[in-house]
Amino acid sequence: MLRTRGWIHAWLLLSPAFVFLIAFTHYPALTTLWNSFFTTPRGRRPRRWAGLDNYDTLIADPVFWKVLGNNLIYALGTIPLSIVIALAMALWVNRQFTGRSFVRMAYFTPTVLPMIAVANIWMFFYTPGFGLIDQIGSALGFGQTNILGSADSALYGVMAVTIWKEAGFFMIFYLAALQTIPVSLTEAARIEGAGSWTILRRVTLPLLMPTTLFVSINAVVNSFRMVDHIFILTGGGPDNASSLLLFYIYEVAFRFWDTAYAATLTVVVLIFLMGLAIGQFFLFDRKVHYR
Amino acid sequence: MLMTKFKAAAAALAFAAAPAAADVDLQFYFPVAVGGAAADTIEELTAQYIAENEGVNIEAIYAGSYQDTVAKALTAARGGNAPQLSVILSVDMFTLLDEDLLLPFDDFATSEDDKAWLNSFYPAFMENSKTDGKTYGIPFQRSTPVLYWNKEAFAAAGLDPNTPPTTWDETIEMGKKLTLRDDAGNVSQWGVRIPSSGFPYWLFQGLTTQNNAILANADGNEVNFDDPKVVEALQYLVDLSKEHEVMAPGIIEWGATPKAFFEGQTAMMWTSTGNLTNVRDNAPFDFGVAMLPGHERRGAPTGGGNFYLFKGASDEQAKAAFDFVKWISEPEQSAKWTIATGYVAPRPATWDTETMKSYAADFPAVLVARDQLEHAVAELSTYENQRVTRVFNDALAAAITGQKTAEAALKDAQAQADEILQAYR
Amino acid sequence: MTLDRLFNTVAAWALALLWVLPLAYAVWTAFHPAAYEARFDLFAPLTLENFAKAWAAAPFRRYFLNTFILVTVILLGQLLLCTLAAYAFARYQFPGRGILFALVLVQLLIMPDILIVENYKAIRALDLVDTIPAIALPYIASGFGIFLLRQTFMSVPKELEEAAQVEGMSSLGILLKIYVPLAVPTYLAYGLVSVSHHWNNFLWPLIITNSVETRPVTVGLSIFSSIDSGVEWSVINAATLMTSGPLLLAFLLFQRQFVQSFMRAGIK
Repeated sequence: MLRTRGWIHAWLLLSPAFVFLIAFTHYPALTTLWNSFFTTPRGRRPRRWAGLDNYDTLIADPVFWKVLGNNLIYALGTIPLSIVIALAMALWVNRQFTGRSFVRMAYFTPTVLPMIAVANIWMFFYTPGFGLIDQIGSALGFGQTNILGSADSALYGVMAVTIWKEAGFFMIFYLAALQTIPVSLTEAARIEGAGSWTILRRVTLPLLMPTTLFVSINAVVNSFRMVDHIFILTGGGPDNASSLLLFYIYEVAFRFWDTAYAATLTVVVLIFLMGLAIGQFFLFDRKVHYR
Repeated sequence: MLMTKFKAAAAALAFAAAPAAADVDLQFYFPVAVGGAAADTIEELTAQYIAENEGVNIEAIYAGSYQDTVAKALTAARGGNAPQLSVILSVDMFTLLDEDLLLPFDDFATSEDDKAWLNSFYPAFMENSKTDGKTYGIPFQRSTPVLYWNKEAFAAAGLDPNTPPTTWDETIEMGKKLTLRDDAGNVSQWGVRIPSSGFPYWLFQGLTTQNNAILANADGNEVNFDDPKVVEALQYLVDLSKEHEVMAPGIIEWGATPKAFFEGQTAMMWTSTGNLTNVRDNAPFDFGVAMLPGHERRGAPTGGGNFYLFKGASDEQAKAAFDFVKWISEPEQSAKWTIATGYVAPRPATWDTETMKSYAADFPAVLVARDQLEHAVAELSTYENQRVTRVFNDALAAAITGQKTAEAALKDAQAQADEILQAYR
Repeated sequence: MTLDRLFNTVAAWALALLWVLPLAYAVWTAFHPAAYEARFDLFAPLTLENFAKAWAAAPFRRYFLNTFILVTVILLGQLLLCTLAAYAFARYQFPGRGILFALVLVQLLIMPDILIVENYKAIRALDLVDTIPAIALPYIASGFGIFLLRQTFMSVPKELEEAAQVEGMSSLGILLKIYVPLAVPTYLAYGLVSVSHHWNNFLWPLIITNSVETRPVTVGLSIFSSIDSGVEWSVINAATLMTSGPLLLAFLLFQRQFVQSFMRAGIK
């Protein structure tokens, strides 16, 4: 009796949060899948069962493959680089030196800015002819660049902005982790004659492993989720060279008004994230994080 | 939406208190693409109309960008409370028809007078407003691209500062003289700038029209992207930077274009007439405005927004909305709107008013856009418009950035567009 | 050893300067006339005109109000819902606990940001399109918040709770008088993260709003900077700084607390 009352208490405490969680995360994830099997309803043509038609379209859609490829390059390019930079930042800022608080501020500030604002700032950087990069370039005798306007460099231009914004955020996690490493440990290693490089490789990095995993997962999710800057910088162009999956989903759903196909594209993202979740379950020791 | 409902309720209450009998309430969505002052002008005009017409109440709702407005109208219509009237891009006509949302203006133009009014607009603007013999849009905030040139740069290059290029070949010839390089070969000033970011199809349509090609049929279900003349036009655009080196390579930002012009980065630019005031205020040198250069013929697209009547309106509401549109397109109102915003007045009658005449006398550049209208054609518009133009834009970008040849890019685009439009034939 | 030290310090500084450059340049152009935006001149005259222009050109006052309401509504909702749920997970045993907790964790990966298509439909069905609640609803229940608070609550010594029970305190009283006060650093850290996240959020508000009365600053800024008739960088930079200003200022003032509360909350 007392036990069932406890159960009811717990369920009552959980219910408000679960109403929202289910309504805006779990249920829509399922309806996404369901709707990907129908056509998009239009005023003159109601929706009908489409079977796997939308998936056939997806497989035949060159833009989808392009965008998927972009997303992989984007993830593979930004994640390791921002993590390495974040780690370097944290190691540096964790030591005592003149101007440390300024340096830490410089690293972290981009994180606080809205991505839209960041993109505006960088847009001016990249502008051919009179943007800052070209101003500096021309002072050094280089010609004009057109980073965002060329198919081979637009995606990298977008990635640079991401790294600039994210590295400082990840640095915080590393900094937090570094401060939990007992000084005695590194001291002991030093007494035994280990150089700073060896200490970093043998002591610090292994102890930071859980943080690295946590940060990586975070970064992967962000690489699917964060597309704000594309709106300002390139609009996905030229010829989809800098478009990412979520940006393409947005376009299909809210510019072309083809919600069924947008749902189909979303299913692909969901599959990736599910894969990540399963991978995390096996890879990422639960003791590290959930306890 | 809640806010809107609240306002509507408040308006209803206010009117319930008033003694007037058969009142008509209208909702009217409008976008503004050129800045906040224009919104004030629309609200002013609406208020004037309400004051002059007892028993009609119009609630003018500023809905943001064109994109916002069409989204808002679609959402409201799906929820069963469409506005009775809205200004939306002329190229969205087929999309709105596909959603079964529009009433033709012809249903309400019953008198001879009304029918004459329907025929009193520049034909170039009406091309985007009719299909199947019916008129679904009335031109309102419409524009067209023109050529701006830097007179000082022309003089410095030994060219006549008052003679802009009038043909494709002249653009290249003059462009070569206007393109300045330093000793290391780095360009400090380009000859011409035709922006290609975001919606390159619009300016490119200037080139195709000049080459005597029409991109889409009037039913909005056929496109001619792989027409050899279109290929030729794209090749010309690509060659401006690749072959003749008078234009910067790669995609050129639309937004940064006026600034590049002011900074002397380019001696000529193609952009919308909507930039006239901006250029007049900010160019630190003497500039000129001309029609786009021609090739086989002169040519330019039109652009901008039309009035649309929405289904779901009661007969009275639709009639009142029709009457309002007719009123706001009268020469006096239209002149006021054109002067406040820089949009091209859509009826010849407006240009004959004293107000417009004295405005044009003061700033003759505004006449260029009007004169170009006789050469202008409909902006590219089809069913699934956003998607089809997107396919076309991607092809243009692919050719401009050298990913594909002009021919291959346009062939691919044609195939994709055919597939999308198949359902509408 | 000292060489190593010197190298590290120089490298740290070099990276910091590189990192701060874009922002510094944005600040510089925002405070100088438009004519100088494309040529750097140390002695260019200072001006506040760009800010005045930006402020006048778009209804930023309203956008700020909208954003302020938005982040407040979200934060209050999240704190309430997450506290209740986290308490249940931390201190109750009940059937379905494992599965329900797994469902919470799912949201750490599958965020509402990705489900824009279906969430838009849901909001339309509720007839809430273009309202501030519509922007907030998908984020009110935060998996991250529940997870974080549960961790903190679990570290509260059981003896404290048992003592309170002996004194006859109700479960809700225990939550409010014992758990919540002990979790203040977590609340603070989570609050900062939540506020900065939703202040900066863009895609969902872009989709779900279409009028001045509901648009947050990020969406307002994007519309402002993509007008048809060309851009003035100095004014856009002024607007950009303005929109991120309050957050930036808060961060600069509370930098230490910000970083420390992050660490103390045990986010590692």
